[in-house]
Amino acid sequence: MAGRFAKTPHIARKEIAESVARSVFGLMSAAMIVPLVLIVGYLVVLAWPALSLEFLLDVPKRGMTDGGIWPAFVGTLYLVGISLLVSTPIGVLAAIYLNEYAKDNWFNRLVNLAVINLAGVPSIVHALFGLGAFVYAARFGYSILSASLTLAIMTLPVIIASTREALASVPMAFREACWNVGATRWQTVRAVVLPNSISGILTGVILQVSRAAGETAPVMFTGAVFFKAVQRGDLFPYGLGDQCMALSMHLYTLATQVPNVKEALPYATAVVLLGSVLLVNATAIVLRIWLRNRKKW
Amino acid sequence: MSAEPHAIETRGLSLWYGSFQALFDVSTDIRSGIITSLIGPSGCGKTTLLRCFNRVNERYGNVRTAGEIRILGESIYDPDVSLIELRKAVGMVFQRPNPLPISVYENVVFGLRVHTPRTDLKRSVLDEAVEKALTEVGLWKDLKDRLKTKATGLLLEQQQKLCLARLLPLKPEVILMDEPASALDVGGTRAIEELMFELAGKYTIVIVTHNMAQARRASDECIFMLMGKVVEHARTEDLFLNPQNPKTAEYIEGRYA
Repeated sequence: MAGRFAKTPHIARKEIAESVARSVFGLMSAAMIVPLVLIVGYLVVLAWPALSLEFLLDVPKRGMTDGGIWPAFVGTLYLVGISLLVSTPIGVLAAIYLNEYAKDNWFNRLVNLAVINLAGVPSIVHALFGLGAFVYAARFGYSILSASLTLAIMTLPVIIASTREALASVPMAFREACWNVGATRWQTVRAVVLPNSISGILTGVILQVSRAAGETAPVMFTGAVFFKAVQRGDLFPYGLGDQCMALSMHLYTLATQVPNVKEALPYATAVVLLGSVLLVNATAIVLRIWLRNRKKW
Repeated sequence: MSAEPHAIETRGLSLWYGSFQALFDVSTDIRSGIITSLIGPSGCGKTTLLRCFNRVNERYGNVRTAGEIRILGESIYDPDVSLIELRKAVGMVFQRPNPLPISVYENVVFGLRVHTPRTDLKRSVLDEAVEKALTEVGLWKDLKDRLKTKATGLLLEQQQKLCLARLLPLKPEVILMDEPASALDVGGTRAIEELMFELAGKYTIVIVTHNMAQARRASDECIFMLMGKVVEHARTEDLFLNPQNPKTAEYIEGRYA
């Protein structure tokens, strides 16, 4: 005689379905880790013979088949840095306007639509746009300036979107409190909205660093070159109007364009690129945690 | 206290959110120095009306108004009215206490900082304003040693009193309260009501409430609204004991909410 609360066959079937669902979902999320571990592990193992501080600081030698990646590393720093110097202020200020000032009218809906669509444009199209707009139309030529501006255009919509999200997460009640003592919108933004959303804004911006650093097409079309002679370890080898090397482009070159490259070189380049990006992302996370612990509401 | 008999007067006030009309031809006079409560079922327009009085509803998007509102005898839709000055004179307290996530001290002086050039804000002026405002709302004794603590960590009741105290350094004439006790427990509610009694006379208080017992206890006059219209406006006692309009009678007897 089964007990009063014993399971019926129907319930037993449901329990099996439940445990199957649980393991399938769990397996899928575990599967996320596998490619990351494999990629990083594979790269590091193959890159190992070439990895050293010397590799980072040295310039390419013997027709790119030996030596280091310093010109490309610095080039990427330049491109990413300048592009964010341009896109961050524009993006953050535009987002503040859209989130804090704009009313729901046709103009702002148009801006929103533009932002969303711009975010979905493939990078190769940005590259072509940069070539036409900055290299030719604006006559900046193939240069760091053109390449950085192209990257800026590419990262701008995402910065706007992530900043808006950060601003929107500040409780409306804080704004109401300000408005009702007669604060202007700008005073409200400065005194309350920005201090409470800065961690989210910064995270959004920093995440774009990795995107800008990794893209190849936009810089290849507008200012990154195959090779550029630079002093070993020189921190300021380039001017705004110069062409430069870039990590992403360099990786492409080593992997496809140069015969007889030491096998470890492209992999080591990839490790440096990936490592820098992960480092920057990790900084973003730490910064976010630190700022968040400071605010607490 | 100003000499005007009516702190707030509205004439033919209508308001639309987009194409939805929320207020219909509201004409009412709110007397200076007393507590007036706005009651009525959800969606009757009482909060909307309250937000008209310092024009803060214009910050909530697509709002259009027609008609006239005079605060202390001045029409607030006149082109020369500065919203900043208006909101200094007409402050608001909300349903959920909304202290800013900064210290108690900074919350109280927030208005002063917003309105005064930095060079005029001497430490002594600020200190004095904080003590005066916190004393007025009965928080000074409890908080005088904790002025540097974060306001968001206070008890809800203290937070709500602090939100009131935040208005006072700006020397408001009218204080609008949007269900100020609905997030508080019985003790907190009583404390806020007692505070309202103390502040009445010095300030004109308008309170929106869902709680009819509260309207009855804590207001001198009462306005009953329904579907965006003012149905009845009378002394609270009269409105509850002897409602003139059958709809008012039905509402206070609890036949709809």
